[in-house]
Amino acid sequence: MGSQTRTLWGSGRIGSLHLVAPVWNGGTRGIGGLSRVVAPEGNQKKGRSLLQFLADRFYDVEALRDHLLRKQVSKVHQKNRPFNHINQRYGPYVAGAYFILKQGGAVRFQGREWIRPNQRGHFSLDFLKLQAVPVEAVDASGCAINYQGLDSLLALKELQSLWLQRCPHVDDWCLSRLHPLASSLQELSLAGCPRVSERGLACLHHLWNLRRLDISDLPAVSSPGLTRILVEEMLPSCEVLGADWAQGLKLGPEEQPRDTAGPTPA
Amino acid sequence: MSEIKKKIQSILPGGDWNPLYDTSYLPPEGSDVVIVGGGVLGLSVAYWLKKLEKPRGAIRVLVVERDHTYSRASTVLSVGGIRQQFSVPENVQLSLFSVDFLRNINEYLAVADDPPLDIQFNPSGYLLLASEKGAAIMENNVKVQRQEGAKVCLMSPEQLRNKFPWINTEGVALASYGMEHEGWFDPWCLLQGLRRKVQSMGVLFCRGEVTRFVSSSNLMKTASGEEVNLKRIHEVHVKIDQSLEYQPVECAIVVNAAGAWSGQVAELAGIGNGPPGTLQGTKLPVELRKRYVYLWHCPQGPGLETPFVIDPSGTYFRREGLGHNYLGGCSPTEEEEPDPGNLEVDHDFFQDRVWPPLAQRVPAFETLKVRSAWAGYYDYNTFDQNGVVGPHPLVINMYFATGFSGHGLQQAPAVGRAVAEMVLEGHFQTINLSSFLFSRFYSGEKVQEHNII
Repeated sequence: MGSQTRTLWGSGRIGSLHLVAPVWNGGTRGIGGLSRVVAPEGNQKKGRSLLQFLADRFYDVEALRDHLLRKQVSKVHQKNRPFNHINQRYGPYVAGAYFILKQGGAVRFQGREWIRPNQRGHFSLDFLKLQAVPVEAVDASGCAINYQGLDSLLALKELQSLWLQRCPHVDDWCLSRLHPLASSLQELSLAGCPRVSERGLACLHHLWNLRRLDISDLPAVSSPGLTRILVEEMLPSCEVLGADWAQGLKLGPEEQPRDTAGPTPA
Repeated sequence: MSEIKKKIQSILPGGDWNPLYDTSYLPPEGSDVVIVGGGVLGLSVAYWLKKLEKPRGAIRVLVVERDHTYSRASTVLSVGGIRQQFSVPENVQLSLFSVDFLRNINEYLAVADDPPLDIQFNPSGYLLLASEKGAAIMENNVKVQRQEGAKVCLMSPEQLRNKFPWINTEGVALASYGMEHEGWFDPWCLLQGLRRKVQSMGVLFCRGEVTRFVSSSNLMKTASGEEVNLKRIHEVHVKIDQSLEYQPVECAIVVNAAGAWSGQVAELAGIGNGPPGTLQGTKLPVELRKRYVYLWHCPQGPGLETPFVIDPSGTYFRREGLGHNYLGGCSPTEEEEPDPGNLEVDHDFFQDRVWPPLAQRVPAFETLKVRSAWAGYYDYNTFDQNGVVGPHPLVINMYFATGFSGHGLQQAPAVGRAVAEMVLEGHFQTINLSSFLFSRFYSGEKVQEHNII
């Protein structure tokens, strides 16, 4: 299990400057630094080896590389800081909504329409007057929300739908934090999160009100089919969308394909 | 031609040419800090020393580990659990800090160009069950834990049955369940991550065994006029593996992180050589204790949500992986302590002492099949089963980081930081571990934990 994830992150595709997991290729909205992932491979390999060559020989280059890495990490932390002044003035619902909108996600208050930021990240501040209206649905897909940032989400006590698709920093630790939303959360989507594994999915059993769970396309899960069966057993009243349980099954000897040209499906 | 090239390269600065003979396997002749023991505690102390030192590169640290395969080290043979459900507040704080460290492990232990670490943390929590007698103690403990910031909830047998239908709640009066920050992880990965990071920070490693301490003593008078004999270790003799050769390493500070063998290392330093009942005669009460861990398979066993369950009888188990495999064991009583001379597994112990309470608590475990088992050592503190941290009052430059009796792995990052702060600053800064100092063995103040596995 461990070695699989290590090769995924250590592959030559990702430049040496990046310590974060690879982003799902479809949609890196709101994460500026990681746009380098889509740069052409050839260029990147040459650039990487030159920087590495220099870093191996000069302490200043090594220090520069370390500094750039740390800056990347602190950028994510900066994005996830809580907005305490908004919380004090307008209440937790508005603060949570502001946090999500600032990250690039979408929010829906009870009885209202979805509020989304436009292409340039701007959004109207009309919702500031909705201090007593609970937030019902949050779409934080693709946002750089992490463990710290969940503070703002967990204050939304009547949250019913939470979509965390393709979030690069949502991992098992974040899933273990979701239990305060157990009484209201009915829909959760984790499709495409590169850091969520079956170990984090095990702590979803606190969410006894959950009716829809989407765990498809999780690259860090070692056996997607088996995991889906176990999650279905764990949450009997929940509809689980995930990998087909037959995916990943080994074919018996009589069902092996005759041609030896291609690799046998594992 | 290539021979000449190799020769020239080795002669140039940075090469390893020694005109007389190759001594690269020997430790350096002097080192500021010598850490005896390269397990998770020793490496954690090395990491924090290098991280907190001012200016960068000021301290030379040498880690002496006699077995680089870690075949008998407690770290890698451990079940890997981490919990905050202790009764001593310092233990809860240590554990909370360590969980924070593990969560941000890729920020702490990042090495450029190396893949990020995946310690495979299972955030499933611990479930401690208490009988009628223990229910009051458990409630008190939970109050202390909540005060320190742990997220623990109390459950009645009714709630327990609703949440975990596979438990038989007969005899259970109360249960405490850790909702966050508790679970289990891969200790080998933590060890390798620390090793890799610590090597990149410039810590030297040596494969050898400490056989002798050369110290000098100073007869001094305390404020009340008593005479004390203060000792200072000047040299550490490191014997190289499978050889009679040894290297005397001059040192300023020695950290005893030898785990289950810390008692022997302390004796080498002369700790405990004196009339019993005096401070000189107080030995380090850490000894080897053997513990068994069994891995079994049970297809009808509890599902994915299984926490780390600890029965009132002392038996524990947890899930391992996706395939309905479970790890578990039990601490033997004082009379049944197995002989710690080797790491052979006693399978009868499982049949007699582990299986019956398991099958009683989880009826599905009546049909199980043991797949494998192993044994490991506890660095068991016979005094009060809690760690020893900090300097020795008489051998003033020996610092301890040992004696955690089964919960060393989960407190290692925090203890490493505490010892590093003690060495560099002279007092504890983040977590106050003054109640864990060595002097409690002489004064008799036990830091007793009310439930330990």
